[in-house]
Amino acid sequence: MTEIDVLYFAWVRERIGLPRERVTTGAATVAGLVAELAAREERYAAAFADISALRVALDQDLADFDAALDGVREVAFFPPMTGG
Amino acid sequence: MRVAVQAEPFDYGAESAAFAAAAEGAGAVVTFLGVVRDNGGALRAMEIEHYPGMTEKAIAGIVEEAAGRWPLTDALVIHRHGRLAPGEAIMMVATASRHRAAAFAAADFLMDYLKSRAPFWKKEIGSDGAEWVAAKDEDEAALGRW
Repeated sequence: MTEIDVLYFAWVRERIGLPRERVTTGAATVAGLVAELAAREERYAAAFADISALRVALDQDLADFDAALDGVREVAFFPPMTGG
Repeated sequence: MRVAVQAEPFDYGAESAAFAAAAEGAGAVVTFLGVVRDNGGALRAMEIEHYPGMTEKAIAGIVEEAAGRWPLTDALVIHRHGRLAPGEAIMMVATASRHRAAAFAAADFLMDYLKSRAPFWKKEIGSDGAEWVAAKDEDEAALGRW
């Protein structure tokens, strides 16, 4: 098991109800972490219901949901970006 | 090359003038200003959330990519976050190059990538509630141009 910081932005943050938390996980991949989080409570299940509507960053770089969590300290979940 | 992510307003005229004055060896300077639309009077404010740390890193990476594709002598990106009123400046891009084609193309490229690859999220606050702005398919498709 490892400890990682999990961050949420925009409507993901609002749906889950917090901007960040420390999570202890044994998940090997982002998808594994998502499954653990979604199983926690309804608000998490709602936020992760459709991962095609989400993006993920590992240590502040965009990544895929099948990416490994080896050595990762910070995972962020958010909707597609709307800058500019 | 300079990247600024800030809550404070910026002076587009002064920034553009300073950028152009410092653009030694450039024959072309292109600047772009993004402004909060008022949606026909329906918008009260725009709230822009971002991911501190990743935002600066992502924009620096986008600028570096542009500098690798076009012979830029300089580039500038300023992007605000926080609560903005209709008509306020959200962001600006400036590029300098020896010739205009590179300066225009690089500015266009920077805008396309800032829209879909820099971690900002816009929320529109209207008179009858607030709503997150959804990313548009055409914004993602625009990246395919490059």
